[in-house]
Amino acid sequence: MSNTGLNTGTQKPRLELKGITKAYPGVLANDNIDLKVLPGEIHALLGENGAGKSTLVKTIYGVLKADSGDILWNGERIDITSPHAARTLGIGTIFQHFSLFEAMTVTENIALGLPGRQNMNDLAKRIVEISENYGLPLQPERRVFTLSVGEKQRIEIVRCLLQNPKLLIMDEPTSVLTPQEADKMFETLRRLSDEGVSILYISHKLDEIKNLCHKATILRGGKYISECDPTVETAKSLAEMMIGTNLTAPKHREAADRGPVRLKVRNLSLDSNDQFGVDLNLINFEVRCGEILGIAGVAGNGQVELLEALSGETLCQNAEDISLEQEYIGKLGPIQRRTRGIAFVPEDRLGHGSVPDMSLVDNAFLSGYTQKGLITGGLIDTQKTTRFANEIVKKFDVRTAGVSHKASSLSGGNLQKFIVGREMMQDPKLIIIAHPTWGVDAGAASSIHQAIIDLAASGAAVLVVSQDLDELFAISNRLAVIADGRLSVSRGVHEITIEEIGLLMGGTEGAGSKREVESVA
Amino acid sequence: MLLKIEKRPESSHSMVYVTPILALLLTVLTGIVLFKILGVDPIEALKNFFIVPINNQYGATELLVKATPLILCAIGLSVGFRANVWNIGAEGQLTLGAIFGGGVFIYFHDVDSVFLLPIMIVMGAIGGALWGAIPAFLKTRFNANEILTSLMLVYVALLLLSLLVHGSWKDPDGYNFPESRIFSDSATMPILLEGTRLHFGTILALLAALGTWFMLGKTLVGFQIKVIGAAPKAGSYAGFSQKKIVWFCLLFGGAMAGIAGVSEVAGPVGQLLPSISPGYGFTAIIVAFLGRLHPVGIIFAGLLMALTYLGGETAQINLGLPVAVTGVFQGMILFYLLACDVLVNYRFRLARFGKAAS
Repeated sequence: MSNTGLNTGTQKPRLELKGITKAYPGVLANDNIDLKVLPGEIHALLGENGAGKSTLVKTIYGVLKADSGDILWNGERIDITSPHAARTLGIGTIFQHFSLFEAMTVTENIALGLPGRQNMNDLAKRIVEISENYGLPLQPERRVFTLSVGEKQRIEIVRCLLQNPKLLIMDEPTSVLTPQEADKMFETLRRLSDEGVSILYISHKLDEIKNLCHKATILRGGKYISECDPTVETAKSLAEMMIGTNLTAPKHREAADRGPVRLKVRNLSLDSNDQFGVDLNLINFEVRCGEILGIAGVAGNGQVELLEALSGETLCQNAEDISLEQEYIGKLGPIQRRTRGIAFVPEDRLGHGSVPDMSLVDNAFLSGYTQKGLITGGLIDTQKTTRFANEIVKKFDVRTAGVSHKASSLSGGNLQKFIVGREMMQDPKLIIIAHPTWGVDAGAASSIHQAIIDLAASGAAVLVVSQDLDELFAISNRLAVIADGRLSVSRGVHEITIEEIGLLMGGTEGAGSKREVESVA
Repeated sequence: MLLKIEKRPESSHSMVYVTPILALLLTVLTGIVLFKILGVDPIEALKNFFIVPINNQYGATELLVKATPLILCAIGLSVGFRANVWNIGAEGQLTLGAIFGGGVFIYFHDVDSVFLLPIMIVMGAIGGALWGAIPAFLKTRFNANEILTSLMLVYVALLLLSLLVHGSWKDPDGYNFPESRIFSDSATMPILLEGTRLHFGTILALLAALGTWFMLGKTLVGFQIKVIGAAPKAGSYAGFSQKKIVWFCLLFGGAMAGIAGVSEVAGPVGQLLPSISPGYGFTAIIVAFLGRLHPVGIIFAGLLMALTYLGGETAQINLGLPVAVTGVFQGMILFYLLACDVLVNYRFRLARFGKAAS
């Protein structure tokens, strides 16, 4: 890797932030933050969810206005009043969530993001030119909904490159990519860096940062912690700076004693109701008592559809598609599945796993009333429900001012602990957990992981669907990969490598699911 | 200095109660301007509007008489609104309640039995519920928007009533006027206070409010309604059926409006006429929101809206103001309420220019 002009110490930074402070009602999102990005430097902004990274980025991009602090651009103090002003300066941003119109073509989408009127033919030519130049293959006339997530991200990158940026901000760009796609993107970024473009790279994935970045600024709880050279730090030391405490890996039993099969999914196919959804195609897998099966995959490959089919929110075509301990449950609704001992933690905490505007007591009742017997004599037993809610709060260390407070008043991690706790305290035979620690701080994440492992150890079957490979490798006994609505054969976590998982995530080996039926029995 | 609107960290509890009062104040202020423009002394006008109608016992009972159908309809609607079921056809459901309840009397007018009135009330509820069942079916089967279907059915219901009282249900001794027989004593709501029109329907309205309060707070169906209204996905996660709730809300709302219809024709109206309601079913929408979709709030809001009906009449008689003034006042209250509701989730703050830049 060639580090253009990075050792010149005396160079004027392209972007410098001094003492940026921004408060939201109730939280100080950025507290006196300093940041320096040199020309051609790939600079990591590292921090946990909620550390203040996004707020800082929005300030640089002119979406938010800091309460105090200075922004210097090439040494001059400036005021970035709007995203348009940021773009005029040469700041391009690729956000985590794409702003693309699904029904329009690549060219049309790019034209929308550019100032003034565009000649569509010329623009298409320029798109092809740039995309070939930087190894970002794109077909300008394709409609966006036909593209993969990686391709969608390329549109965003090309859109930025068309404006000759001096500074490119990338917010968690690899969270939606397979490892192979990510590697390709890194090549592009290195090339840009060689050409003198500064890149501000936001992530919490430490390996990537060690691999790619020249410098790293670490934030924690809205505060500037330190600037360091990630190439000389270890992943562990970076993580500890990010989290502020020493990390303890979850205690894991080796080689689980596999009990009898509890959940069995056989040839499950389901057409999605959503126009842009994914159809499930002949899904086969089993989860045994006492084991944790992890399902990996890039978002939008059928996870949502699979989870809804398992929870009963969508009913299967045949009852025998899903069976729990010899009983066919494919045509049973969520309440009936619950009474048979299935608990479920959905992906979206607010609005799916909980009702944001209702109290924790009501939210404890939401999915707990059948198993916990919270209805007596036809009426809601408020006392018993309150007791249940308090038990969850106590046992799962949910930080809240009280159970009468709304679910939306809890932080993401605490609400997740509450929901996980609510489901686990119903003593489920089988628990299905989607993205158990998505957007959760490290402390909460490790306690959730430990709870999952303990539950499996007590004999429950656990199914975890996640995008976070580190998490899956840390807690699962077996792993399978979902890609384009098909599920791969599952394999023991010690028999499979990240590379193999990556290939499966790309869909290269997706058709293997039928073999599962024979291989597992 | 400039005024900044910022989101509150948690929605304000006190504002939920303050904004209806604020809305009322703003309505009165606008009313003063309005009366000035119309060339009427504002103080005199407001006095006629809000005080004269209820400064004696008869006036006070009239307020309850007017509030009764409003409260009944609004209670029914509020349950639906909580679950995002936008039934705005209470006027039609009220009319069908009157037809079904009144129809019992038309066919059994020579029966003198204590069971006649209870049967009429039950049939009224069934009539209203059946009318509510049509939008429910269209919504759950074809995903037809209940706002449109329930509203359009209002006009069908009004024409149906008109057809009946102009046709087969016309009073044979009524000199060919489009009116039904006058209801007999056993088909009329008992009077609660001698010398007034205050009748048993008011008690039904209070019972409905209390019952609904209990249902929303203590029963599973009430919980389901609140969950599906606040977070539909959480509702389907818990296994609550959206369709069942749509059915329940429209049947319940229809039944309540139907009872309001019977209590009008078997109460102050006393017979079936081509027009039995001055838009109670529509005003009930305002009552439901003004009362914060809460049963107790709805009782108060119902009384206030009833006052605008009475006040409009007094202002018409004493000051010669047009009858439209009632509608204007009702509209203003809703308008200001919706505007003030911003304060529940947002607050105003004075901010200085350029503070962030320095």
